[in-house]
Amino acid sequence: MNLKGTHPAPEPYLKEIEKVPFWLDPKWRAVIYQIGVFCMVGLLAYYLVSNTIANLQRQHIATGFGFLHKEASFEIGESLIPYSAASTYGRALLVGALNTIKVSFIGIILTLFLGTFIGIARLSSNWLVSKLAGIYIEAMQDVPVLLQLFFWYAIFYETLPSPRQALHPVRGLFLSNRGVALPVPASIPAYKYMLLAFLSACVAAYFLKKWARKRQEETGKIFPVFITSTVMLLGFPLVTWLLFGAPIEIDTPELVGFNFKGGIMLSPEFIALLMGLVLYTAAFVAEVVRAGIQSVSKGQKEAAMALGLKPSYVLNLVILPQAMRVIIPPLTSQMLNLTKNSSLAVAIGFPDFVSVANTCINQTGQAVEGVALIMAVYLIFSLSTSVFMNWYNKKTALVER
Amino acid sequence: MAMEPYPQSAQAEVVKPPPTSVGVLGWIKDNLFNGYFNSLLTIVTLFFLYKIVPPFVRWAFIDSVWCPDCAEACKKAAGACWSIITSNIRFIIFGFYPYAEQWRPLIAMFLLFGLIYYSSKNKNWKKSLIYVWIVGLFVMGVLMKGGLFGLTSVESTKWGGLPLTLLLSVFGLTAAYPLGVILALGRRSKMPGIRWMSILYIELIRGVPLISLLFMSSIIFPLFLPEGVTINKILRAQVAIILFTAAYIAEVVRGGLQGIPKGQYEAAESLGLNYVLTMRLVILPQALKIVIPPTVSILISAFKDTSLVVIIALWDLMKTTQSVLSHPKWMGFSPEAYIFLAILYFLGCFSMSNYSRKLERELSQGEER
Repeated sequence: MNLKGTHPAPEPYLKEIEKVPFWLDPKWRAVIYQIGVFCMVGLLAYYLVSNTIANLQRQHIATGFGFLHKEASFEIGESLIPYSAASTYGRALLVGALNTIKVSFIGIILTLFLGTFIGIARLSSNWLVSKLAGIYIEAMQDVPVLLQLFFWYAIFYETLPSPRQALHPVRGLFLSNRGVALPVPASIPAYKYMLLAFLSACVAAYFLKKWARKRQEETGKIFPVFITSTVMLLGFPLVTWLLFGAPIEIDTPELVGFNFKGGIMLSPEFIALLMGLVLYTAAFVAEVVRAGIQSVSKGQKEAAMALGLKPSYVLNLVILPQAMRVIIPPLTSQMLNLTKNSSLAVAIGFPDFVSVANTCINQTGQAVEGVALIMAVYLIFSLSTSVFMNWYNKKTALVER
Repeated sequence: MAMEPYPQSAQAEVVKPPPTSVGVLGWIKDNLFNGYFNSLLTIVTLFFLYKIVPPFVRWAFIDSVWCPDCAEACKKAAGACWSIITSNIRFIIFGFYPYAEQWRPLIAMFLLFGLIYYSSKNKNWKKSLIYVWIVGLFVMGVLMKGGLFGLTSVESTKWGGLPLTLLLSVFGLTAAYPLGVILALGRRSKMPGIRWMSILYIELIRGVPLISLLFMSSIIFPLFLPEGVTINKILRAQVAIILFTAAYIAEVVRGGLQGIPKGQYEAAESLGLNYVLTMRLVILPQALKIVIPPTVSILISAFKDTSLVVIIALWDLMKTTQSVLSHPKWMGFSPEAYIFLAILYFLGCFSMSNYSRKLERELSQGEER
């Protein structure tokens, strides 16, 4: 069939379309809009930057990150690495960053435990427990975290006695307005090897789990991974300890003069910050956990039980994998919130990154660089978390037929 | 289906259920003592409550001191010293606002509460609501600032306490909302340049803590401006809060936009509507309705987050309280003062979150047919 005869030649029609002026063409218009917006943002940025440079020059404030190599000449209350007033600003900021990581890391672990516990308590069939958990969640979510930090800090320095009259509930534990003194295992080789043994048990448990899963997929046999891993995690350090002749050496704090010696001393700032962050974030985590568990429909549980699975398998193979998919994304954002909220340490004087950076700004006057550093550090935390989240989401995304 | 009454003969006796499965006892058995584990849990919990609640009640109510200006009595009392609140309530709530003029922020606050209450009713959601708000905000502004209608002028540097907290959060949300909607539209735009700029802004702001933006507002903003131009500190903090909140609103609105089915866009396009009209008449009215409950939770966090301005030394509720606490006469009564603040914040947030839950139910009822 010859179609050419039935249709007129399309050329003149197309030409008419091409004649559309470029300011009415959506493609060109998009380009023009974008150039317009870029120009506006660029002009605004140029205006702000030129003002800033002029102001900095007028006030004789240095620019650049050269100050990082200069002597900081201020003390920092607590530090994970050796630091003194003679160290550089760069090192001071590193101390701050490590403190932020320390409080966030410990806080996240405690929050996960407390939050999961309260979330499950909220779902309990026991009316009293469920209501109490509900009250806790509502009360903690509705009071600003900064107020909670101030409250715990005030409790510490106002209601607790001085080190001389420190509360002494159990042997080796002292509560005073200087902080909490705790006994720790002394640093003897046996304990170090026990730690090594524990870490190797963790690695072994990981590979055991992989192997057991592979075997289960191939042969259908189920290996008791949980019990074996628990035995390994407890057994390895225990055997090491016995091999070294079961030494017991504990570094207990003692009151010497006006302060404690030995053990470890947790400052009131650190404890107030940790308590505030953990108690506050745990309320949100509890809601996340509750919503996640409730998101798995009842039919799933009933179907699994109808298949004759054991209750522990119902939980591990059916409920948890589906609940985790709902729980993990909001949970990560709560962990990130905790890390960001740890910046409130500056209000109660715990030397985290923000408060060290703030001191640096006050001393050098280089506010632009200081604030930029604060933002950069937190952006690194958030970006690395979101990279991890994307990877995890891809891994656990629902594979549909 | 109506049940036929059971034919009762003289022999058939109606057997009542056992007393342990109905009434109060039945409820207690079902909800507190169903099984060994739950019974144990109940007993342990009751024991802890017995250990904690009576001493707290004793401290807070029985042994406490309430009369104003009883700092001396407080030092001797075993219980709480609410006297710190009753003596300083006006300073805590209003800060340095001139004492004789404090009725003005009080009326402004009640006006605000009234407006919020009025707007919380579905039937008032009309276009006129916007005008009511504009007039209301203007009247509040005049009341606070003065200088008109024979009111003496009060510099904004003297504003403080609860009005400042409310001002920062309410203005923060109202100004951040349009900005957030624009950013959300930008993030879903087909133009790559605009999309990437919106993504950059949203992720940058959401990645940093509010305190870094507040530092920026208090230390770096003055550097941004040309020589001789200064902006008031409250306004600078307000700008930081707006920029911060906008990024979060953008994400919420984006969720609403994603919830609109594609058919709606296509229908609007086939009617010949252009982008602006499509958004204004078809998409946004639906999307913004979906996101009202999450928006209320953003308002809650904005309200809580305003407490951070204490770090850059603005005289909000927290700062006025701390300044009372630093007075030698009232030193050592921080727990009482902070508990009072916590109750204030709790009342505000709790009523908002309750409202958001109620709204969620109402809105979802419309969907389920």
